[in-house]
Amino acid sequence: MPVTVSMTVNGKAVSGEVEPRTLLVQFLRDHLRLTGTHVGCDTSQCGACVVHIDGISVKSCTTLAVQAEGAAVTTIEGLAQGDRLHPMQEAFRENHGLQCGFCTPGMVMSAIDLVQGRPEITEDEIRKGIDGNLCRCTGYHNIVKSIKAGAAAMKG
Amino acid sequence: MYEFDYRRPGSLADALEALKSAPDGSALAGGQTLLPTLKQRLASPSDLIDLAGISELQGIAIDGDTVVIGAMTRHADVAASPDVQGRIPALAALAGDIGDRQVRNRGTIGGSVANNDPAADYPAACLGLGATIVTSAREVAADDFFTGLFETALDDGELVTAVRFPTPGKAAYMKFKNPASRYAIVGVFVAQAADGARVAVTGAGAGGVFRVADMERALTAEFAASALEGIAVPPDDLNSDIHASAEYRAHLVGVMARRAVAACG
Repeated sequence: MPVTVSMTVNGKAVSGEVEPRTLLVQFLRDHLRLTGTHVGCDTSQCGACVVHIDGISVKSCTTLAVQAEGAAVTTIEGLAQGDRLHPMQEAFRENHGLQCGFCTPGMVMSAIDLVQGRPEITEDEIRKGIDGNLCRCTGYHNIVKSIKAGAAAMKG
Repeated sequence: MYEFDYRRPGSLADALEALKSAPDGSALAGGQTLLPTLKQRLASPSDLIDLAGISELQGIAIDGDTVVIGAMTRHADVAASPDVQGRIPALAALAGDIGDRQVRNRGTIGGSVANNDPAADYPAACLGLGATIVTSAREVAADDFFTGLFETALDDGELVTAVRFPTPGKAAYMKFKNPASRYAIVGVFVAQAADGARVAVTGAGAGGVFRVADMERALTAEFAASALEGIAVPPDDLNSDIHASAEYRAHLVGVMARRAVAACG
């Protein structure tokens, strides 16, 4: 039986009719047309679907839309302010932290949650901290570099 | 996923009532195992009863020598808790190494314990520390709670509400992870308590988590890694799959146990 779900997405109040089995990522992509959040593996391994619920990173392919009822959800689309990229997005661009770009939205959302309040985070901590995000292009080197730079930039 | 109805009660009493009235209801905790299971159509509950809105199931408290962790407390919160880090650092470390960061941000101790996945970490901590599982109906010793693969002493409609961990003298957990799934191929939790040592093994047992009496006797006599030399776990009752043979798992139990004791310092 369809139910009404209401939440705040990227600062905007939204609601929609969904089946209880609708995943949060389906609600974001199919109902709200926010297609920046990707579905890679659909088995909670790859992290392409990572979004923030109330500021905490979660896999939106392993969360029901109804579980986010009343929550504040942030997706990759909610980071930039107009033409000004979020410091973590800027760091990925500056450091060539992506190749094909498929994993990037999830990688950036995980990175922001990871480095929050930790401008001095180490490379080891970053590598361990993003073990829920898979990249099949770059081999992580520049991703780690980007996150380190983004962490330092977010401090300011 | 098959269709289901969804309910989010605000109290434990309402949740128990909802479970009772549903034709084939299932409790939803963090959903990090249940939702993948539903996506694979391995289960088809009529109703999901979401426990996320029940504040009495949340939080960590100190009660004398015991750390009490509410069933809906997330792995990330257990890992970051100063109370857990202070009283049972091995438990905080175990919670901080479950799955990945996003899984730890949603997965809960109650969900893990009630599911009793044979490769889950928390059952090893419960058994290794001699924890008590508090349910909506009673209190059950960990020794009597984990009864087999994905099987527990929970009755239909009974919910885990909290886990009580006694503070050990020393404890440590060592895990040999599957590099892809990050589940334990073998995980060993060792603890030294007033009434003797305990050794609990996850990931390896064909019947789920289990204790190793020979190792416990040796460690009770002398709590040192060297005391475990020559004590082998027979591979007969261990899992064998594409990741590791029973013989290899038996070998790893010894290695992880010695490393865990060494890590106790």
